[in-house]
Amino acid sequence: MADVKLTHVKKIYSNKVEVLKDINLDIKQGEFIVFVGPSGCGKSTLLRMISGLEDISAGTLEIDGQVVNDIPPALRGIAMVFQSYALYPHMTVYDNMAFSLQIAKVSKDDVDQQVRKAAEMLQLTPYLDRLPKALSGGQRQRVAIGRAIVRRPKVFLFDEPLSNLDAALRVATRMEIANLKESMPDSTMIYVTHDQVEAMTLADRIVLLSAGNIEQVGSPLELYEHPANVFVAKFIGSPAMNILPCRIEKTGEQTEVSLSAKMSVTAPITTQASEQSKAAFFGIRPEDLSVVASEEEGFLSGTVSFIESLGEATLLYVQVPGCEDMVIAKESGTLSIQRGEQVHLSTAPEKMHLFDDNELSYRR
Amino acid sequence: MVASSKRTPLTFLVHATVLFLVVLWTIPTAGLFISSIRDKDQLSVSGWWTALSTSEQRLVTRAYEPKSQVQQGDRFVIRGNLLEGGSGEIARFGFSSLKPEAYAVGDVAEMKKGRTLQVNANGDYVLSSPTEWKGSRGQRIFYTAEVPPRFTLDNYREVLSAEGLGQSFINSLTVTIPATIIPILVAAFAAYALAWMRFPGRALLIAGVVGLLVVPLQMSLIPLLKSYNLIGEFFGVGSKTYVGIWLAHTGFGLPLAIYLLRNYISGLPGEIIESARVDGASDFDIFRKIILPLSFPALASFAIFQFLWVWNDLLIAMVFLGNNQEHLVLTGQLRELLGSRGGNWEILTASAFITIIIPLLVFFSLQRYLVRGLLAGSVK
Repeated sequence: MADVKLTHVKKIYSNKVEVLKDINLDIKQGEFIVFVGPSGCGKSTLLRMISGLEDISAGTLEIDGQVVNDIPPALRGIAMVFQSYALYPHMTVYDNMAFSLQIAKVSKDDVDQQVRKAAEMLQLTPYLDRLPKALSGGQRQRVAIGRAIVRRPKVFLFDEPLSNLDAALRVATRMEIANLKESMPDSTMIYVTHDQVEAMTLADRIVLLSAGNIEQVGSPLELYEHPANVFVAKFIGSPAMNILPCRIEKTGEQTEVSLSAKMSVTAPITTQASEQSKAAFFGIRPEDLSVVASEEEGFLSGTVSFIESLGEATLLYVQVPGCEDMVIAKESGTLSIQRGEQVHLSTAPEKMHLFDDNELSYRR
Repeated sequence: MVASSKRTPLTFLVHATVLFLVVLWTIPTAGLFISSIRDKDQLSVSGWWTALSTSEQRLVTRAYEPKSQVQQGDRFVIRGNLLEGGSGEIARFGFSSLKPEAYAVGDVAEMKKGRTLQVNANGDYVLSSPTEWKGSRGQRIFYTAEVPPRFTLDNYREVLSAEGLGQSFINSLTVTIPATIIPILVAAFAAYALAWMRFPGRALLIAGVVGLLVVPLQMSLIPLLKSYNLIGEFFGVGSKTYVGIWLAHTGFGLPLAIYLLRNYISGLPGEIIESARVDGASDFDIFRKIILPLSFPALASFAIFQFLWVWNDLLIAMVFLGNNQEHLVLTGQLRELLGSRGGNWEILTASAFITIIIPLLVFFSLQRYLVRGLLAGSVK
């Protein structure tokens, strides 16, 4: 129903702290956008600015082609689901869901019809007469979502809706939200989370924020396979990508970098001749590394200093001579490798990542 | 949990202390109440804790006048009953104020000139004389009676009508109810604004309210009264009216009310209010439909405070309402009674109990909010 467009949006608090710096974002109707980033990156603030609960210091916000900077939240055609559910504790589930319609002076029959429809959709019909305190966490969250649905908003805003739920419920509710999106393909949804699994599973496009900047916008797999910079590379994926400082030895379609005095590797990434001898960062995901038998097959060698057996996978923390940080390798299943053993690691060349000294990817 | 379910000596100590405190708090009130419903004669001779036992009273009465004498044979006899139909039992009697307990019941007391007096336990007496009884007054009989306990509402009847306490009760209610409701209404609005609405100078206003908390009210009595006089003169009404005292109590109660309620209301989760705002509610809607129902415990607890404070107030009532009968509040009336009827315990105890009955009712009906409201705001 509505596009959301942010142009040069900034948030500056009165003490001159700039929490959001020049945000430009174009969200199409029907998209599921996830804002993800570490704590304090400004993702919730951005959402609250879209909702109208926070002022926009500079730039314009358009919803459905209309600039809404100075329009109050209720008239922006948005609905918000809060982290703490924010249900009205003294009202029944029915009244909670009917509240916004009653404020808008919708006729009683329409209110009833809307509320019952939303309750049906979320399997809340048996609980309509209960108070929020008599509901479980997941049910409360569903009421909060139902409260958003009855308003028939153009844009749904979710502010970390799952972070108050326990792990099992989180997975179930995540699927419910995915189903909800499917049943309402026309509505735009913007979802804030710090949990990358939620981001990867729900999003059409992920907006990765860090310290008030957009680091990268793209589909989940784009961000995983082609991180634009070291920050994105390390944020997406668990355990985080191994980033090793290196030096560019040979440029061209195949770039050779040296990781230390003894080790060098050739990656199928194009670099310009001007990059010759510059410092760079070599990146490889733990799950793309595999243990090989001989030194010749691998490109990295080191001693295992720590092993974490997770059952489905084993994490090897390998101390590579000449590298400050330990290299983490993720092998599926269990391994018979002991601590202190020498291992050799190999990878497929197309899985390699190379970032310049400004931490930006060469693969552009 | 496991440790607390065990009966340790400390638990017993705690229970004993609680019991002790409860008894300590209840006894004076109970005493006051029992005293107020006792017969005034019994009240004046024994304490309220003896109210259920028979009391021993030394009394004096006069026998029937000589004209009621009857001649029986050669003796002139006067018969009657000392208790005059009342219940009780006579233990001892006498005919002289020097020896009021000289004879046990049933004995025949030999008086002068061959006259005799006999008193039975049920109060029947027989005065007998060989010569005709003379004079216009009856013989004095002293006796010690065991009077059973007697409870009565006469004291209340008396103070409510004759002593003007009923009117004072109404006056007190007239003062107290508006003086409780007005500040709560004003303070709730102010507290919401100070907690959740953004406007310039908000911090200064809050600081001002906190500052007003420490202004002693005695300091403002004269300026207030002067301005009341001025305003009253302008409108052509007296300065000592109910409206005046309502406003005075409102003013003195507001700083604490705003402070308490603001603390409570600002402790409500912000997301609820934001959610309501997204739902399209105006500030007034949010206040009426979200804030008011949620802050009911705080409102109730302040209402108790303000009610008790205004009800028990004497100073402001004296200054702003005056002493005439149609304005005198209960506390003022009680003070007057202490002066004029200081010896009449039955009057004083009944009046006192009428004075405390409303605070007790208010406290017991709202006490669960008192604790909740006090804790709220301080503990999140």
